[in-house]
Amino acid sequence: MSTASGDDTATPTLTRDDVAHLARLARLELTDSELDLYGGQLSQILGWVAEVSEVATPDIEPTTHAVPLTNVFRADEHRPGLTNEAALAAAPAAEDGRFRVPQILGEE
Amino acid sequence: MSDNAVSDHSTSAALVRSTAVELAAGIAGGEYTAVEVAQAHLDRIAAVDGDVHAFLHVSGELALQQAAAVDAARAAGEPAASPLAGVPLALKDIVVQQGVPTTAGSKILEGWIPPYDATVTSRLRDAGVVILGKTNLDEFAMGSSTENSAYGPTRNPWDLTRIPGGSGGGSAAALAAFEAPLAIGTDTGGSIRQPASVTGTVGAKPTYGGVSRYGVIALASSLDQVGPCARTVMDTALLHDVISGHDPMDSTSIQFAYLNATKAVEAGRADGLQGVKIGIVKELSGEGYQAGVMESFTAAVATLQGLGAEIVEVSCPHFRYALAAYYLILPSECSSNLARFDAMRYGLRTLADVRDGHALVSAEDVMSATRGAGFGAEVKRRIMLGTYALSAGYYDAYYGSAQKVRTLIRQDFENAYAAADVLISPASPVTAFPLGEKVDDPMAMYLNDLATIPGSLAGIPAMSVPSGLAADTGLPVGLQIMGPTLGEAQMYRVAAAFEQAYIVANGSGVPALAPALEVSAR
Repeated sequence: MSTASGDDTATPTLTRDDVAHLARLARLELTDSELDLYGGQLSQILGWVAEVSEVATPDIEPTTHAVPLTNVFRADEHRPGLTNEAALAAAPAAEDGRFRVPQILGEE
Repeated sequence: MSDNAVSDHSTSAALVRSTAVELAAGIAGGEYTAVEVAQAHLDRIAAVDGDVHAFLHVSGELALQQAAAVDAARAAGEPAASPLAGVPLALKDIVVQQGVPTTAGSKILEGWIPPYDATVTSRLRDAGVVILGKTNLDEFAMGSSTENSAYGPTRNPWDLTRIPGGSGGGSAAALAAFEAPLAIGTDTGGSIRQPASVTGTVGAKPTYGGVSRYGVIALASSLDQVGPCARTVMDTALLHDVISGHDPMDSTSIQFAYLNATKAVEAGRADGLQGVKIGIVKELSGEGYQAGVMESFTAAVATLQGLGAEIVEVSCPHFRYALAAYYLILPSECSSNLARFDAMRYGLRTLADVRDGHALVSAEDVMSATRGAGFGAEVKRRIMLGTYALSAGYYDAYYGSAQKVRTLIRQDFENAYAAADVLISPASPVTAFPLGEKVDDPMAMYLNDLATIPGSLAGIPAMSVPSGLAADTGLPVGLQIMGPTLGEAQMYRVAAAFEQAYIVANGSGVPALAPALEVSAR
């Protein structure tokens, strides 16, 4: 992605191709007009949010969670869950008690 | 019309204007039944919701069944399930309820029927609270105006041409339109407090982890928090006590000593605020705030002083980076959370077998096409932003830096709470603005959560209580009260004392001034 200067956090300008690439990564099919619209909007928003790097010096610990938590464990016990029928009830397609999905691997 | 019908009407009108406390007492005392209370609210919804559009789904039959169960338990001599037994509630449509359609305001979930209850839903059910239906919201709770709902906007009962705030605009509008005395909201960057502010109602965001998120469709997992909404501080506190507490089903739910918000409200009403130190956050009361909002805030400060509170000014210098950090952290987490909408196990699947003469069969194509068709503009914008911020080469500069800013903001809060018991600011920088005014300008829209976002990043409890009407627009203004982590009691104490003083000085609370919304010619 191109940036106004060599610095990664300087106001980036997202080209139409950049937006199309991002949309592919996000598994999001966009229309032509959306590709045009988002380039400008995302560049503007990214330029503005880049100000976080002004104060984020190496000595500051990042906070990933507002309230400090340690790992949460529970006993490995059998517990009731959804029935097969309930789990499949909302599926776009099901067959033989399983989710029916489109082809995932390409043909060799 | 017979005299009987007239008196039925006036009873029904009185019921919908009652507080949850009054309704629970009336039901417990046999003055009226829970079924009558539920029916009065269902009638009100039928009469005004065509104009307000607070609800996406009304489950009348289910509500009447729940109410009948409360009445049957009472008739059998059983003690009330909770202090809110039989009181109706509006549930934000991002919290799942078994068997009731849940959309999160998105086309991608249209027609989905959850096979299980959220913990919040089952706690409400156990408490005998009657769920009237699901309320409108910005799609997946992304927005500040409820205009991002795929099912059309909600209108502010104070002025139907204006926004009710977002993303919990449906829940807040249901309260202001007297369609329900209680509501559930979720707050990620201010989605409980900002709608409460612009609709003249009360809304509280608990400490992060204080209420279970199990069964709440995730937006940004490190920020999302479920909370109570009502027209009075006491009703909000009662609901807070019902829904809060540790839940083993949610690994981010915290273990803490039981919070009794209700007791804190009683203390605030009885004892005033002698000995309480209240900090005004300098950075949350200057530029970008509407004149009428600041006037109301200044008057609120005087009221708090009159109650005996000591007012100090505190500075939180890193708050100026809060919005930027938020708009990196939120999209990053949402781009990850919304990956679950993959058209495989539930929700929409847009599957064209053939397009332009070519087979379209891969899961990736189906997923892209479905997400392209099923998500609205704001959701796509944030997914793209998050995908960018998390991508290789940009992660440290954007997401990593934002997480460091979060540390600085937490430190700002810690320093401020060394000088004050609670902090205050206006809850929203402006009163309700006209529908459509900011919808095409994401940056302008994001500024509406200016005052609420720092508290979200730090995970502290915060609430909005009505502080009056702005002189320049005649619309409600909210006072934000922020407590330290797990400091809900201090927060509720101040809110209750303020509300009581306001009512004494003005003859009524702000919610009572909401327009009657008498049914138009429909």
